[in-house]
Amino acid sequence: MKITEKDVKHVARLARLHLDAADLKVMTSQMDAMLGYVDKLNELDTDGVEPMAHAVPMSNAFRDDEVGASIGIERALQNAPESDESCFRVPKVIE
Amino acid sequence: MKFQDLTIQDMRQKLLAGDLSSVELTRACLERIKATDSTLNAFITVCEDESLAAAEQADQQIAAGNMGLLTGIPVAVKDIFNTLDVRTTCGSKILDNYVSPYDATAIAKLREQGAIIVGKLNMDEFAMGSSNENSAAGAVHNPWDTERVPGGSSGGSAAAVAAGQVVATLGTDTGGSVRQPASHCGVVGLKPTYGRVSRYGVVAFASSLDQVGPVAGNVEDCALMLNVVAGYDPADSTSVDCPVPDYLKNLNAGVTGKKIGLPKEYFIDGLDPEIKQAVDAAIETYRQLGAEIVEVSLPHTDYSVACYYLIAMAEASSNLARYDGVRFGKRQDPGEGLIGMYQQTRSAGFGDEVKRRIMLGTYALSSGYYDAYYLKAQKVRTLIRQDFLKVFEEVDLLLTPVAPTPAFKIGEMVDDPLQMYLSDIFTIPTNLAGTCAMSFPCGFSERGLPIGLQLIGQPFAEDEMLQAAYAFEQATDWNQRVPEV
Amino acid sequence: MNSRYEVVIGLEVHVQLTTKTKIFCGCSPGFGQSPNSQTCPVCLGLPGALPVLNRQVVEDAIKAGLATNCQIAPRSIFARKNYFYPDLPKGYQISQFELPICEHGWLDIETEESGEKRIGITRIHMEEDAGKLLHNDDNSSSVDLNRACTPLLEVVSEPDMRSSDEAIAYLKQLHQIVVYLGVCDGNLEEGSFRCDANVSVRPWGQKELGTRAELKNLNSFRFIKQAIEYEVERQIDIIDDGGEVVQETRLFDPDAGVSRSMRSKEEAHDYRYFPDPDLLPLQVADEWVERVRNGLPELPLDKISRYQNDLGLPAYNAGVLAAERPVAEYFEALVALHNNPKICSNWVMGEVLGALKEKGLKIAECPVSPELLAGILKRIDDNTISGKIAKTVFEEVWQTGKTADQVIEEKGLKQVTDTGAIEAIVDEVIAANPGQVAEYRGGKEKLMGFFVGQVMKASKGKANPGMANQLLKKKLAE
Repeated sequence: MKITEKDVKHVARLARLHLDAADLKVMTSQMDAMLGYVDKLNELDTDGVEPMAHAVPMSNAFRDDEVGASIGIERALQNAPESDESCFRVPKVIE
Repeated sequence: MKFQDLTIQDMRQKLLAGDLSSVELTRACLERIKATDSTLNAFITVCEDESLAAAEQADQQIAAGNMGLLTGIPVAVKDIFNTLDVRTTCGSKILDNYVSPYDATAIAKLREQGAIIVGKLNMDEFAMGSSNENSAAGAVHNPWDTERVPGGSSGGSAAAVAAGQVVATLGTDTGGSVRQPASHCGVVGLKPTYGRVSRYGVVAFASSLDQVGPVAGNVEDCALMLNVVAGYDPADSTSVDCPVPDYLKNLNAGVTGKKIGLPKEYFIDGLDPEIKQAVDAAIETYRQLGAEIVEVSLPHTDYSVACYYLIAMAEASSNLARYDGVRFGKRQDPGEGLIGMYQQTRSAGFGDEVKRRIMLGTYALSSGYYDAYYLKAQKVRTLIRQDFLKVFEEVDLLLTPVAPTPAFKIGEMVDDPLQMYLSDIFTIPTNLAGTCAMSFPCGFSERGLPIGLQLIGQPFAEDEMLQAAYAFEQATDWNQRVPEV
Repeated sequence: MNSRYEVVIGLEVHVQLTTKTKIFCGCSPGFGQSPNSQTCPVCLGLPGALPVLNRQVVEDAIKAGLATNCQIAPRSIFARKNYFYPDLPKGYQISQFELPICEHGWLDIETEESGEKRIGITRIHMEEDAGKLLHNDDNSSSVDLNRACTPLLEVVSEPDMRSSDEAIAYLKQLHQIVVYLGVCDGNLEEGSFRCDANVSVRPWGQKELGTRAELKNLNSFRFIKQAIEYEVERQIDIIDDGGEVVQETRLFDPDAGVSRSMRSKEEAHDYRYFPDPDLLPLQVADEWVERVRNGLPELPLDKISRYQNDLGLPAYNAGVLAAERPVAEYFEALVALHNNPKICSNWVMGEVLGALKEKGLKIAECPVSPELLAGILKRIDDNTISGKIAKTVFEEVWQTGKTADQVIEEKGLKQVTDTGAIEAIVDEVIAANPGQVAEYRGGKEKLMGFFVGQVMKASKGKANPGMANQLLKKKLAE
């Protein structure tokens, strides 16, 4: 096994996903199969190979420090599941 | 002539000549959608009122002599594009009620050229899938055989064109999501070079791989659509600021003297014999058209699926963190505090495939595994890209199959995600390398299912690739067949 | 200093930049605006929106790096820091992780206890701020994203400080520098300059660092000092009681003067940093660095030494004048017009800063410009007015905005240097004060001051004091 149910549970917590016992089982076996498969990358020697984060090698995309249009409170909140006059509302955040 | 038999160029001529109004055209399009979509389920949202209003305006513009590339012509887009004041679900329950407050750049460009956007097309949830079965709006049916999948993730985009619901569509291609459904539906689909088309406003799946691509019934219309959407966008840091040629110009340049490579790793034993036969015939056609055919090697091909899924899932796990039920989307709040809200919202809102990828991606980036999975995959990606750059020192284009088999049956592969991932083997490497590729019809299976041919072009050489595809299309009649829907 | 334990402090400072727009979108940072009014798809983290880097933020980061003796990385990378929080719209913060823009810097500080000392700066990186959470009474929180995506520089020091005084000296200097550079408004209370302190203690001589606590919510230099000192005591108490310090984040409560653990946030963090595929690598060419270097203002420490060495000012004066860039600029403008640094220094530190303080104004709002003040000083130099009258003239110039010459003319403040006129007043004074005259002549020479005062009073301050003195001496000796 590449991955245990305990690991999967931890990952689910990081990803803010809830998995019940049955989900957890299926997820663990599917992740295990996938991780087993991707292991084939280890057949390749990649020492000294630069990792590639972008499809096209480019650098430096900037914008000038000039004010553009904001969309306004109404637009900002139009899809909010819960809001008051000007803010999104969420269940209380305990510091 | 029936609406569904017209090309964009036909429509343009009729509109210009006054033989047809945009309102008539749009009505015909909406009727065609109405008549066929209960069978196909290609659309998630149809914008009837908005498109008829836009069509009236288009007619006025045409009358005033202001004809853009698409003025008055009804098209549709994958539901992954943000469209101002129109529902944008991305095939997900979590965005079921999401109405975008802005237009994606590609949408703005369509509107600039006068296109009538008649609706939003079905897709695999968050573009994750190769069969369009992973949609909150339900599976899309292949117009050639409604028991079969249209391919994915831009299944709606390909099926709608194949069935003549609209003349052209936009999809997105992260690992083959335009080309594979185009192949399964017998239409033309193109994935531009990464950076050629702006990603701004396209709901992100895997940012370093996603690219917008047109789907159309023929190469010329596909080129025209690319003319509309291609170009640098300052709102997308990864879009490339280099000149965009007119893809319609020199479309008939032919392939005489062109060197076309056949990567031997793509002609493997598992390839469906009917596909092999069709592709072999296509190779012969190119030879006859004057191209030089050579065998080449892309030695890291076999690693591309593993490399791709690690990178795509890792990026997706982060891209999909914003679906948290705070600012938009369908919230589930069991009253157990913030974390409960997050977990229930995301668990109820995402489908199984999306969850699986978020999980794998989160794992691949997590502490202790980053180097072994994500970083390793990024290094292998470099090797894969180098394969392509090296081969392109020798040849102008690469020719390959698109998918190992024709369209499979709905439900056939749902229980075996890994098998499904492996079916993307021929399309994935180009996304990793960032280069351009396209799929167009090159035959049919005995069952009457379309088979697509893939051409892979050098980075930013979409024009050369389109010319080669056009030459093939002119020499064959595969794109003349239409499904009966 | 504790006799048994050595204190080790490292500081992380978040410097909010004063750019016109946010770091990745064109919204203005929107301080004091209605909640969520300064937002767009990018800073709201809407599906499909993409970040584009504000060039000015890079420029400001280079400035801060150069001013703190950092190396500017030719290539740096933006990374995503992944975690869920309602004030973080995308579910990740765009920051820099492996390759920050600035590294290996330092600042020299000075404290009474330890004298001069070099504090290392590990790195400075660019990142976006989060939004704000407001807690409601009804078991809910409200989210305002105006601040989301505003640009921050995070300045991370080495754990080189050994006392709260050193920490404060470092912070004050860093604060002075970023404000001098014009990249930050320096407002601690409003959070423009935020400090987290990593504090640990270890027995003297021990090499390994002790377990540290991270102190948050320190929004004044006074609180930072208090919080560090409280934390040092707390840790020493724990160790003395045979306990072990736990690595944790602690929130300082300035009202109670204590800190408390933020255990709720302590669940295993795994930020899963990776390069942001939406942003390109940043390459800063040498020419860019040099251009920024050439445009840097003279920094406070350089000014102080120049004021002392070239202008001959005492250390204290140099420090006061260089403390704030606008004051220094005012002073330098004045010296350029009136080449007497000592007099200029006295006037700026005395009259100008005094009046500004009294009126609650900033130097930029000072009604007496360096030009106007130089006009006054010129008239002292050429004996048109006395130093004392000059103060009256200064007040009048402050009130009316007129030039010194106009004020002197209109108010008739010109010093009387006519011997005859002063002699007449001297005679009057001698005649009016026979008793004092007798005492003076009897040897009580201290009374000279009294007579000069009387002459000045009678002349409404306009008599040249030197001449009055001379004439009095002569007449009283008769």
